[in-house]
Amino acid sequence: MSQQEIAQQKLVEIFAHFGKPSKFSKGLFIFLILIVLFAFYALILQMTRGQIVTGMRDYVIWGIYEVNFIFFIGISYAGAMISGILHLLHVEWRKPIIRIAEMITVISVLIGPLYVLLSMGRMDRFLHIFEYGRIQSPIVWDVIAITTYLTCSILFLYLALIRDYALLRDNQELKISSFRKKIYRKLAVTYHELPLQKKLLNRGLSVMSAIIIPLAVLVHSVLAWIFGMTIRPGWHSTIFAPYFVIAAVFSGTAVLIIAMWIFRKYYHLEEYITEKHFKYIGLILLVLAGLYGYFTFSEYLTVWYGSETWELEVIYKLFDFSDYGAWFYLAAFAGVLIPMLFTGIPFFRNINTITIGAVIAVVCMWIKRYLIIVPTLETPLLPNQDYRPEYVHYHASWVEWSLTAGGVALFFLFFMIFIRFMPIIPVADISEVPENKEFISEKL
Amino acid sequence: MKNKNASRRKFLKLGLAAGASALIGGGSVLSAISKVNKPAGGDKVKMLSPEGKLMEVDRGHALCCGVPTSKEVRKGIPGRHFVMVIDLSKCRNARKCVSACSKMHFLQPGQEYIKVFLMQDSEDTSPYWFPKPCFHCDAPACVNVCPVGATFKREDGVVLIDNERCIGCKFCMAACPYSSRVFNWKKPGLKPEANYSPESSVPQKIGTVGKCDFCPDSFVSGILPDCVTACPNGVYYFGDKNEDVVTNGVEALRFSELVKNKSAYRYMEELGTRPSVYYLPPVDRSFPYERGFEELPEEMKKAYKVKRAHLKKFKI
Repeated sequence: MSQQEIAQQKLVEIFAHFGKPSKFSKGLFIFLILIVLFAFYALILQMTRGQIVTGMRDYVIWGIYEVNFIFFIGISYAGAMISGILHLLHVEWRKPIIRIAEMITVISVLIGPLYVLLSMGRMDRFLHIFEYGRIQSPIVWDVIAITTYLTCSILFLYLALIRDYALLRDNQELKISSFRKKIYRKLAVTYHELPLQKKLLNRGLSVMSAIIIPLAVLVHSVLAWIFGMTIRPGWHSTIFAPYFVIAAVFSGTAVLIIAMWIFRKYYHLEEYITEKHFKYIGLILLVLAGLYGYFTFSEYLTVWYGSETWELEVIYKLFDFSDYGAWFYLAAFAGVLIPMLFTGIPFFRNINTITIGAVIAVVCMWIKRYLIIVPTLETPLLPNQDYRPEYVHYHASWVEWSLTAGGVALFFLFFMIFIRFMPIIPVADISEVPENKEFISEKL
Repeated sequence: MKNKNASRRKFLKLGLAAGASALIGGGSVLSAISKVNKPAGGDKVKMLSPEGKLMEVDRGHALCCGVPTSKEVRKGIPGRHFVMVIDLSKCRNARKCVSACSKMHFLQPGQEYIKVFLMQDSEDTSPYWFPKPCFHCDAPACVNVCPVGATFKREDGVVLIDNERCIGCKFCMAACPYSSRVFNWKKPGLKPEANYSPESSVPQKIGTVGKCDFCPDSFVSGILPDCVTACPNGVYYFGDKNEDVVTNGVEALRFSELVKNKSAYRYMEELGTRPSVYYLPPVDRSFPYERGFEELPEEMKKAYKVKRAHLKKFKI
C-alpha cells in the first residue's frame, strides 16, 4: 500500500469516530447554546444599563472579565508553545496531539479578547483604538500583539491542515457532500503531496513554529506589562512578564491534557492518544509547575521581605485567612504541588490522575489570576474610606458570571463545530514513517 | 469690629481683582474676579474692563469668547501653569467643596471628584483631614497609559478627559496612584442643557471616566473653581504658578512665598508624578480633627474609622 492509501484508510478510521453526533453530544450542544444565549442576554443588559450591572466599582475597576482574558490567552499557549517547540525539535510523538493543541490556541485567542471588550465601558467606541491609537499605551501594544498572534496561530493551524484537506478532497469512501468537497478543494489549494510542495509546506510550518514561540512570549509579556507598568503593589514587578509567560504555558499545558482526555474518552481515540502522551506531557507539566512555583515563591518572598507598607497591605490580604488567605494557599500550594505529585511520582501517575492534576492546575490558575487583579485594586494608596460596601469589596455579579460561563461554553461549542470540519488527529502526519525513529525513547 | 471686617473683605476682593486681571486674559474683552454674592435679579460677576474699570456684568456675557475648538481645548491657555495649594491646617471636613463640586458638575449621587480622607501618618501623630482633588500631575501616569489620547495634559498644566473619545478601558484609573478618577457606571441622571466640552465635563457620559478638571471653563471667565469659593475656611488656594499668585477668594498670596514659608509639600513626591497640587502641613490647626465627624451621617463616620485594618492586625 502506498503512503497515500494508508493515509486514506486512517482517515476513514478516524472519521468513523466522528460520524454521527451521538444523543449526548446533541444534548450538550443545545445546552451550551442555551448558556451562550443567556450570556448574550446578560451582555445586552450590560450594554443598555451600563457596567453598573457588574460588581466593578471605582476602586476595583477590573474584575473577572480581566481574569478571564488572562486565563484564555494563557491557555492559548497549548498550541503555541507545546506544538511549536515540539515541532521545531521534531519530536515524533507530538503528531497525534498537536492538532488539538493548535485548536485550543485559535479558539482561546478568539474568545479571550472578547473579555477586554466586555470590560470596556464603551464597546461601541472600540475602533477609536485604531483611529486615535497611541503607541505609548500598553493597551495598544496588546492590541497589536494579540492580532498578530491570532493571525499567526490561524495560519499555523491551517498550514498543518492542508495535507489533511487534500486527503479529504481525494477521499472516495467517506460520504462527503459535494458542497463540503468544494470547500475542501478550495482549502487544499492544489496540494498533491508533490516533493516540492511537501518541502515548502514543511519549511512554512517550521518558520511558523519559530515565529509563534517568541510571539506567544511577547503576547503574555505585554499582557503582564498592562499591570506591571502601573505603580501598584502586587503589579509593579520586574518579573511580571516572565511570571505571566510561565503561568500561561503551565495552564495551557494543563488544558491540553484535559482536552486529550476528553477526546480520547468520547471519541475513542485510545489508539492514537496513548498513555505515553499523557506521561510525556505530564512531565512537561511537572517542569512547568516547578518553574511556576519558583516564580511565585520568588515574587512573594521579595515583596514580603522588603516590607514596604503599601506592598505589605496587599500581601497580608493574601496571607490572611479572614480575607483571601484560603484562596491564596489553595492557588499557590495545592495548584502547584498536587499536579507535581500526580505527574512526578510514578506510583500516582496514570491517565486519570494526570488529568485530575491538570484540572486542579487550571482551576487554581484562574483563582491565582483573580488574586493578582482584585486584591491589588482593593488596596489603593490613599485608604479606601468609601461608605458603600460595594465600593470597598468586589463581588462579581451574576452578569459577569454568566458571561464567564458563556465564554467557557463558547470554547466547547467552537470545538464541537471545528471537529466537524477538520480531522482532530493529523492523519497525513501520523501515516508517515517516522523520520527519526531512534529518537523516541520507548522507556519511561 | 464687624464693619471693619467687612470692609477688609471688600478690600481683599478688589486686591484680588487686580491680581486676577493679570492672571486671566489673553487680551480679550473683559477679565474677571471671583464670583460676587448673587443679586436677586440674576447671576452677576464683577469684571475689570481693559481700561481697569470695575463693572458688573451678567455671567452669560462673561463667557464672551464662545466655545473653544477642540484644538484649543487640548492646547490650553498659553503661558499659564495652574496650581492649587491646600492648607491642611484649616480643613475640618466641612465637605462644602465636595458638595459644591458635585453640584456644578452635575455628578451622580455618591460620585465625588474631590475626596476628603482621614489620614494618620503614624500611630504617634495626630490624624488630620486631607482633601484631595485631581493633582493634575506634570508627569501624569494616566495620560501615558491612555490608548486613545482621551485624557491629555495641556500647556497650562491641566489634565482633562475628552468623554467623546474615551473608550472606558479604565486603564487611567488603574494607573493613577491617587484614585482621582471616577467612572460613570450608569447613565447620568441629570441632563443639563449644555454642549459637551472637556473643559466643563458636563454632561457626563455613560461608560467613560470623569475627574476633577480644575474648572477651566470657569477660569476662562475669571471665576474661581467652586471648591475654592465654597470652602468656609479658605482651605483651597487656586492660581497661576507662572504669575506667582494664588487666591482662596479672600486673600491673594504670592505662590512662591506661600510654599516656601509654610514648607508646602506634594503628596508622595517619590512617585515621580510631579503634582500641581501643594499641601501646607497640618500645623497650628484651626480645628481639632474630631470636628470633622460632627455633621457626618453614621455610615460615613464608620467608613472613616476603618483604616488599614490589615496593617493594624499584623502590627505594622
